[in-house]
Parts: sequence; structure tokens; C-alpha cells
Amino acid sequence: MSTIQRDPRDRVQVLDEAGRVLEDADVPDLSEAKLVEMYEQMRLARRFDERAVSLQRQGRMGTFPPLSGQEGSQIASAHALEEDDWVFPSYREHGVGLVRGLSLERTLLYWMGHEQGSYVPEDVNVFSVAVPIATQIPHAVGAAWASRLRGERNAFLCYFGDGATSEGDFHEGLNFAGVFDTPTVFFCNNNQWAISVPRERQTASATLAQKASAYGFEGVQVDGMDPLAVYKVTRDAVEKARDPGAGELRPTLIEAVQYRFGAHTTADDPSVYRDADEVERWKQKDPIPRLENYLRRRDVLDDGRVDAIEDRIEDRVAEAIETAEASTRPEPDEIFAHVYEGMPKRLRRQLEYVESIRDRHGDDALLEG
Amino acid sequence: MAAESEQLTLVQAVRDGLHTEMERDEDVVVMGEDVGKNGGVFRATEDLYEEFGENRVIDTPLAESGIVGTAIGMAAYGMRPIPEIQFMGFIYPAFDQIVSHAARLRTRSRGRFTCPMVVRAPYGGGIRAPEHHSESTEAMFVHQPGLKVVVPSTPYDTKGLLTSAIRDPDPVIFLEPKLIYRAFREEVPADSYEVPLGEAAVRREGTDISVYTWGAMTRPTLEAAENLAGEIDVEVVDLRTLSPLPEGAIVDSFEKTGRAAVVHEAPKTGGLGAEIIATLQEESLLYQEAPVERITGFDTPFPLYALEDYYLPEAARIETGIRNAVEF
Repeated sequence: MSTIQRDPRDRVQVLDEAGRVLEDADVPDLSEAKLVEMYEQMRLARRFDERAVSLQRQGRMGTFPPLSGQEGSQIASAHALEEDDWVFPSYREHGVGLVRGLSLERTLLYWMGHEQGSYVPEDVNVFSVAVPIATQIPHAVGAAWASRLRGERNAFLCYFGDGATSEGDFHEGLNFAGVFDTPTVFFCNNNQWAISVPRERQTASATLAQKASAYGFEGVQVDGMDPLAVYKVTRDAVEKARDPGAGELRPTLIEAVQYRFGAHTTADDPSVYRDADEVERWKQKDPIPRLENYLRRRDVLDDGRVDAIEDRIEDRVAEAIETAEASTRPEPDEIFAHVYEGMPKRLRRQLEYVESIRDRHGDDALLEG
Repeated sequence: MAAESEQLTLVQAVRDGLHTEMERDEDVVVMGEDVGKNGGVFRATEDLYEEFGENRVIDTPLAESGIVGTAIGMAAYGMRPIPEIQFMGFIYPAFDQIVSHAARLRTRSRGRFTCPMVVRAPYGGGIRAPEHHSESTEAMFVHQPGLKVVVPSTPYDTKGLLTSAIRDPDPVIFLEPKLIYRAFREEVPADSYEVPLGEAAVRREGTDISVYTWGAMTRPTLEAAENLAGEIDVEVVDLRTLSPLPEGAIVDSFEKTGRAAVVHEAPKTGGLGAEIIATLQEESLLYQEAPVERITGFDTPFPLYALEDYYLPEAARIETGIRNAVEF
């Protein structure tokens, strides 16, 4: 039986909190090199996150949504995809972007408010980030549907949070996916809090995974801080999206149970709405030491290799920050460049107006600070 | 042998436009509530299901945000979806998807992803419909950068504008004046042709006053103009595209006549009439002989049908407005 065909309350887990393989666990078949790569990317995402929050605190970057605690879900699920598959992110999936080939520099530029940070290079199958909640879910379904109508075999992995499951677009998207049997994997990062509102205020359902049964396909709950379990479940769901068994529908709803260690964004203070004890409890499940202990136990990692990884990560994050901060302020024509394929006359005149006020006053007079 | 042209009603021209584009481009799909087997509640998609099948004429679940949201994903993936919203009064659940995503997908991906989609919606009053079936809130969409907004008023233009809208690389809100879906027929070529977006049509030449209107209001405006003929020489400009606004045509006509009125059935406050007047004030102040009249719906929810005739501008009200401007 596939990992995903189970009671949605039966949470899939492979590693315990100390990184030991649980009895009867279904360990995914991943090479040592792949496991080390995942570990390194999780560490990179964590370090990137710490530095990004710090940049915001220093006024060097705008509001930023940190991901710490969610690295296991993000990195492991993204590894379950093939190159031609697609990702539809929300706004917190910096780790997913990293795995799929979006540079850290570009992620920084986006949160530094540069329009170019929104551009996803042509060879990266990641859709633009969606800030309004759950709105990307119908997009992922539509794209998956189009892909299937075209006779392709791609899978579409769509990320959202627990708060998104309260939105109409969650329901409408999953409903369409079931009705039209689209190859979409819905990945709910249940990190327990929609800003300050707890999961219990989002739904009276015992799990989020069980909502899938209302749409006619499987829902599965996984320990989102266990990278091996996340990989296993996502891989099975992606394979089912491509090749469903007889009588099976392609979509799956994955509820990855996890925790965000930090704030929703740098604009809120989580100490106002949750206890320090709660955070400490969840920190025991931290996906990074868990995978590290597993790999050390298998003699795949040792102190030397971990130190080397740390050095590489430090350099890479520093380099990304340096590059992003060295980017010059974009020209105002960037605002007008991509509103329509061609620029309507009214817009052209507004652009000319911007240029004329720059000429008259100079940038120094127009720009703050 | 197929006829070279046919006398079609406006709604038949919608169907004909969809048909010719679906034949030409297999990426074009029609989707929405009742568009398939039923052929649309107004028959705008009649027989398309039989000809193109369920994967191109798609009966969807009843969910406006889902219809437009999935269409956005399809469009971004290279298809040309044409989602139908059954009545404009039901478009609001999809409003978020239209303004938050369709309108800005090109901008927020710096051109990597686009949304070549046409959202069709019958709009406007006058057909004795229930509540929420008579709205004309085009200004909400015109206000949103990244969208194009098109309203035809004749069968010929309907097919040509719809063809242009489907081929357009950007999202288009295509509002169909259901009051005149079947009001008259006009010769419509069987072959495909385009009426370009962004260009107004002067429906009647005149020298005394320019009256700007679109969609279902074009006919009572022309009727008013005829009624005033001999006394006041009225020029009627049918905007056809509301976004991007055909500013050149608006200004040119005004500079010829020096007086203007705007006729729309949407509420007055914040309606497109205000934008047209502001444009004239910015561009042609020195030509202005009189305040511009607005002949519009009222700032009330659209009434139930026993009173809708008082709400909608018709020829008598339009005549009075024109006189006010001319006799200032």
C-alpha cells in the first residue's frame, strides 16, 4: 500500500526526534549524496533566514517572512519533484526556491523591494510568489489541468499555510482538482499559526488532511519536521499525480505538521500570542539536528564534513547579500515596463512625467534617505 | 458552402466569435457554469460543446473564483481560456483573482508569465432580471492597471472585438450588453476579423455636442440624437474599449464640438463619466463651452425590476441632458 493511502489522522513519520529511524518506518530510497545535499540546503536556508531577519532589523531590507523550523518540509518536498514539474509557492518558500534553482540574491532583491526580484528565470519552473492567501491554489490547479489537457506528465506542487485552508480559494481549487482530476499536489505547511490565530481557530476538523476526503482524493498527514517522511510522502503523491492507480484520483492533500520558530513576518511579535514553552517544545523536533544525527549515525557526516558545510554556507549567504546590496536602485521605467505587453499612451505619458520631474528636481530631492 | 456573412444578433455574434477562434486555435477553451451542454444561459456558447467536446467547452463547478483562478493557471501555462461569469453581478467572488492576479501577473513576474484570458460577463439592466443580475460596475475594472475592458454595442463589433480580445496577450474583461443581446440583427462576416481594441467609433457625426457612451446605452443615445436632429446636431461616440481609454477620439470630438455629455448606466459617483470629464478638463479646457453633463444611473443599488426603467437612462433623459449642456 502506498504511504498516502491511510487514515488522514495517522501521521507519517520516519525519524524520531533524535534522528533515529522508527520501527517499521518506510525509509525513502535516497543516495547519501542526495541526503547530504538536502542537509546542506536545510542549513543554508536556516542561515539565510537568520541573516535576512537581521538585515531587516538593521533597516537593510523590508518586511521578511522567516521560514526557520520549516526547512524539512520545504527542502525535502522540493526534492521529490522532477525537473519538468512545477512549484506554485506562497511567500515563505525561499527554501523551495533554492532547491529549484532560484538564487538567494533574487529572493533578497524581492524582499528589498526591487522589481527584478520578482523575475523567475525561464529555466526555473517556479510560479511567481502569491501574497494573498490561498489564491495560488486555483492557479496551480489550472496549470496542472492545462498540462494534462496537453498530454504532458508533469506534477504541480502547490504550497500554502494552515490559514489558507479557511479561504474559499482552497475549497474551490481542491474541488476543481478532484472534479477534473488534475495532477496537483497540495502541500499545506501547517505551522500552527496564521499570524496570531491558532490552527484551532481555522477549523474544527481534527486534521487538515481529512479535508481531502470532501473532494474525493487522499489526504495525508506527515511530520513536517521529519525530512525523510516529507520526502517519502511527497514523492508518492507526485508519482500518483503522474500515474494514478486504477480508480485513484491524481490529486493529494499533504498536511505537513510543523512549526515556525520565528514571527510570521518581521512585522509581528510572536511573544504576544504564544508561549515560549510552546516554541521550546517544538524546537525539540527541529528538522536540522534530526537529519544531522541520522546522517552522523550512518557515518555519512562527521565533524569535519559539517564544518566544511558550515563554511560553504556562510560564504554563500554573505556573497548573496553582498551581490543584492550592490544592485543599484532600479530605474522608474521598471514600474511601467510590464503592465501590458505594449505600453498604452496614457502610461507612456505618465512615464514621461516621471522623467520630467526627475529632470526638474533631481533624484536626491525625490528620494527619501 | 458557408455563407460569407449572416444577419446575426449580438449574442449570436458572441457565439460566432468564439466559434471562429476555437476553430483557428486549439488552445482556446471556454469554461464556466452551464456553458457546455446547456450552451450558456443566454445561448452564447450554443452547440460549441457538441463540436469541440468537453475538454474545450468545460462545464465547471459553480465557483466564480475557481473558474477565473484556474483560468489564470491555464493562461499562464500557455492556453487561451475564456471563462464566462454568468452575470456581472456575480463577478465579485472572482474579483480578487482578477485584480490581484490576472491584472498583475505580467508585472509581478516581469513578463515571464502572462495571462491571455478573456473574462466574459453579460452586464447591465433592463431585462426584468432578479437582484444581482443587472450590475454594470465596469469602472472597478477600468481602475485596475493591467486589465483591458471592452464593451461592444453592435453584432459586427462584438465578433471583431471578441476576436481581438482572445488574441490579445493581456487579460481582457469583455462585458456584453445583455439588454441588446437580441434587440436587432446586423451583417456579420463568417470569416474571422478583428476590430482593434482601444479605438472608439463615431456612430453619428455632429457639430454641436459630443455624447460619449458605450454598450447598451449607445442605442438610446442615438435615438435621443435623432430626436434632437434639426435642433441640435449631436455627435455620438461609442467608446467600445473602456481601458485603455480611447483618449484621442474623446478629445478630438470635443475639440470639434466644445460641449459634451456622458451617458452610462452605472452609478454616477466614481463612474467612468468622471474620468472622461477629467480627461477633457486636462486636455481640452480651452475648448470647453459648458459644463459636461453626466446622464447616468443613480448612486443606489440597482433596483428591482418594477423601477428599473426610472434608473436606466433612456432617450428622454438623455435628450434633457444634452439640452442642458447646449443651453448653458
